[in-house]
Amino acid sequence: MPQFPDAVSNQNMTNWFLGSFDTHIPWWFILVVIKAVAAFAILVVLTLFNIWYERRVVSFMQMRIGPNRVGPQGLLQSLADGVKLALKEDIVPTNADKPVFWIAPLLSAIPAFLAIAVIPWGPAVSIFGHWTTLQLVDLPVGVLYVLAISSIGIYGIVLAGWSSGSTYPLLGALRSSAQMISYEVAMGLSFAGVFLYAGTMSPSGIVNAQQHGWYFYMLPLSAIIYIIAMVGETNRAPFDLPEAEGELVGGFHTEYSSLKFALFFLAEYINLVTVSALAVTMFFGGWRAPVPISLWSGANSGWYPMLWFMIKLLIFVFVFIWLRGTLPRLRYDQFMAFGWKVLIPVSVLWLLVVALFRQLRNAGDLDRAHAVPIGIGIAAVFLLLVVALEVRERNQIRRTPPPTVPDYEPLAGGFPVPPMPGQSAPAVPRRPQFARTAAAPAPALNGTTAEEASTR
Amino acid sequence: MNVTTASVQFTGSAQSYLSPTGVEVAFILIGLVVLGSALLVVTVRNLVHAALWLVVCLGGIAGEYLLLGAELVAWVQILIYVGAIVVLLLFGLVLTRAPIGHTDELDVKHRAPAVVVAAGAAGVLVTVVVDAYRKVWLEPRAAVPLGTGAANGAALFKYWVLPFETLSVLLLAALVGAIVISRRGADGDSDEPESVGTD
Repeated sequence: MPQFPDAVSNQNMTNWFLGSFDTHIPWWFILVVIKAVAAFAILVVLTLFNIWYERRVVSFMQMRIGPNRVGPQGLLQSLADGVKLALKEDIVPTNADKPVFWIAPLLSAIPAFLAIAVIPWGPAVSIFGHWTTLQLVDLPVGVLYVLAISSIGIYGIVLAGWSSGSTYPLLGALRSSAQMISYEVAMGLSFAGVFLYAGTMSPSGIVNAQQHGWYFYMLPLSAIIYIIAMVGETNRAPFDLPEAEGELVGGFHTEYSSLKFALFFLAEYINLVTVSALAVTMFFGGWRAPVPISLWSGANSGWYPMLWFMIKLLIFVFVFIWLRGTLPRLRYDQFMAFGWKVLIPVSVLWLLVVALFRQLRNAGDLDRAHAVPIGIGIAAVFLLLVVALEVRERNQIRRTPPPTVPDYEPLAGGFPVPPMPGQSAPAVPRRPQFARTAAAPAPALNGTTAEEASTR
Repeated sequence: MNVTTASVQFTGSAQSYLSPTGVEVAFILIGLVVLGSALLVVTVRNLVHAALWLVVCLGGIAGEYLLLGAELVAWVQILIYVGAIVVLLLFGLVLTRAPIGHTDELDVKHRAPAVVVAAGAAGVLVTVVVDAYRKVWLEPRAAVPLGTGAANGAALFKYWVLPFETLSVLLLAALVGAIVISRRGADGDSDEPESVGTD
């Protein structure tokens, strides 16, 4: 019987392959490189998957089929699109500010990749016989790091809009900077409650603190505010005002093509994954198994937690797609009013309540028998306040007299303009050449009457 | 007590890939970047480019904080200055006037007094800081426990509460002032020329 050499060489393979590095490169470095490359690969593959996922799910919601030709179930469609995009011509507008036009996509994509570094994907596992956590770096101020990095991503959009030297991208950039700054405030405030409960800003610490109950149950309002703010932060429907196709022809990336456009696309989908991962980490137990599975003792050890994390992540991505398939885009003023007049005051009030509860708990004055009625009382007062404000708003709307609308001027300010709300355009006769004798001449667009025009 | 053990741990560990001298070299190099970008902010003739150099400058200062072990302050610096203030600045520029290319009205007439004022302010600040920290030796690796969120929070809300609250009152006053200025035009007669903004 011949000796089967593969078994022996397989056994020594890890030693032969990685052992040769051992004298020069310390193990922690190799592990960090492996984890970094893995995180990068996961993000890119997830992007390809999510594009397909989104197109298929939206298609089913709209009773279409969606991409199903390239690869099994159309799974390779995004790859094909990516290759097609890379082969296209890279157009730079003549008016563009060239260096900034180049930097903008990079500023958009690089922070998107960086933010995932502090997200814990699982507890300690064994890689090549060395124990390590499934997290690239465990910063003590990790959540702050994510907020800081994602705030750099705004530059990509603003600079892309400005440097294109074109009107629609500029409008998109303006909208997006205002939008992301406003929703970042609500986002940060929603995290403050979690910090108070967990007593730490490190993502792994927050996951550990959720051992006995997810923060979604304890801080439901924070979670809801975060979920709304994260949709605003990623510029996704119904808050996709910066790239509203119907109004801005694509918004900030109208002038971009080829791989630069691909970078924006990549950044958008990676941001989708990042904010979802953050939501899972902060409010939905991170890599911890959900309730029925967590009864099994092995659920939170080894590589399984990565599976739970992935499932939660994909559920969040599904929610994003669902929102896009369901809700119409908000008007810009409604959107900003919602951010500043609803989200931020509500989160500040909620933070006060959370801090109060926390302090009473710490002081030991609060047991369950008192906490429940106090909680119900606060909730009732809160609800009353919201209702009272809403009633006041409606009364004000009813009391204010309807604004006096000036008569419709077709050429207000020297440009042809559509009628404002309350105004109506005069009916244009169907055949002006016949109607001229019967009716008054219709206002012509160049400011001259029809008779004058005909005498020219 | 804590400081000495921490320094021993950090210098003895295999993970200290930057030696203390390495930290100092990095600190000086980043300082040069900060200084250079700060000069570019005031000399570049394109407004948006100037704002971008300001981003490099403030980001470099965040890097310096990181090298000094002040992790929380570093990320707050990026979050507030890079992520909010300069973005607002860019927002204002893009909203009002930021042509692509050079802006010629950027030079001020009173260049000499401006240089004198700037040099004086810089001299005062440098003197104060140098004088205050003349006898302090900061070991960057040992300073890590001082830079955590808990240590910063304790220092801020135990020993520096009064300045902190005073600052918040100042910010509130600024906010109210901004609202007053922006409402004055809206409420009054819009036909009258406004005197706001001439100063």
